[in-house]
Amino acid sequence: MTSIAEHPAQASGLDDAPFVVAGHTFRSRLMVGTGKYRTNDEMVAAIEASGAEVVTVAVRRVDLDRTKDAGILHHLDPKRFFLLSNTAGCYTADEAMRYARLAREAGFNDFVKLEVIGDRETLLPDADGLLVAARELAKEGFKVLAYTNDDLVTALRLEDAGCAAVMPLASPIGSGLGLLNPYSIRTIKRRLSVPVIVDAGVGTASDACLTMEQGVDGILMNTALAEARDAVLMAHAMRGAVESGRAAYLAGRMPRREVAIPSSPEHGMLKR
Amino acid sequence: MTALTITLNGERRDVAGPVTLAGLLAQLSLSPEAVVVEHNRRIVRRGELAQQAVAAGDVVEIVHFVGGG
Repeated sequence: MTSIAEHPAQASGLDDAPFVVAGHTFRSRLMVGTGKYRTNDEMVAAIEASGAEVVTVAVRRVDLDRTKDAGILHHLDPKRFFLLSNTAGCYTADEAMRYARLAREAGFNDFVKLEVIGDRETLLPDADGLLVAARELAKEGFKVLAYTNDDLVTALRLEDAGCAAVMPLASPIGSGLGLLNPYSIRTIKRRLSVPVIVDAGVGTASDACLTMEQGVDGILMNTALAEARDAVLMAHAMRGAVESGRAAYLAGRMPRREVAIPSSPEHGMLKR
Repeated sequence: MTALTITLNGERRDVAGPVTLAGLLAQLSLSPEAVVVEHNRRIVRRGELAQQAVAAGDVVEIVHFVGGG
């Protein structure tokens, strides 16, 4: 019998491959957004509790009448966190490319979380626009992480377009509906060579755990933390959930059966 | 000194001229390191901000990172 201490996965933490996107190794598989928090202090505390290294940010006009109110970098140290800028709110490929180029000029990195939204009610992605923008930005040297549907064919095309990672949704942005189609996510992960990072839709820890159990490389969330009654506590829960889900995936779950199999020996029962 | 009317972040605005983009940021008390400037749809490198003159009618966008998902 192997004791816990002798088991390498237990003794030295999870025996897992590093999480690498476009040659950059990240220490956490959990990525978090910085939007919608009630206060900046709560945001910072939640990000700390999540253990995330990658944090997403958006590009917006400086509010010239209230320049004191300033940007996110007054609250987050860009030396401690990897800033992943998004193209949220963009509805065309051209618009998304403009935002990506502006973000790169800020000078932190050449990663972009590419969003081209196709529908205002659901914020579901526009696959055509996404492919056009991904192809062009990849050509310009961007490391494109493309937010997309849970559709295998689109995901394959995005990989082919040169994306550094593909980010299928669990469910619509900010919906908290959780992982609607585990099969699609699993299939996308199985078929793609680039990292698959599930983005959007998780609402609570079990959603994150279930998502990671599909074998995906990482997960990105924002609203689940920002809108939790206690964002910091939820961030703590999510950190554990992502680690647990990943460990469970690596451990390999038991098969599902339609019949019961007793856990205690049938032999040695008292005579009836 | 002449007042230049430009479109700054989507709004018509009078700025004291002649002025460069670097000077415009100074007028607005903005640090060049904290923002990215787009001048008539062309992104301007930080190192070029002091060379680029602002002309009447120009369209200038000044952006930065804010919280987002």
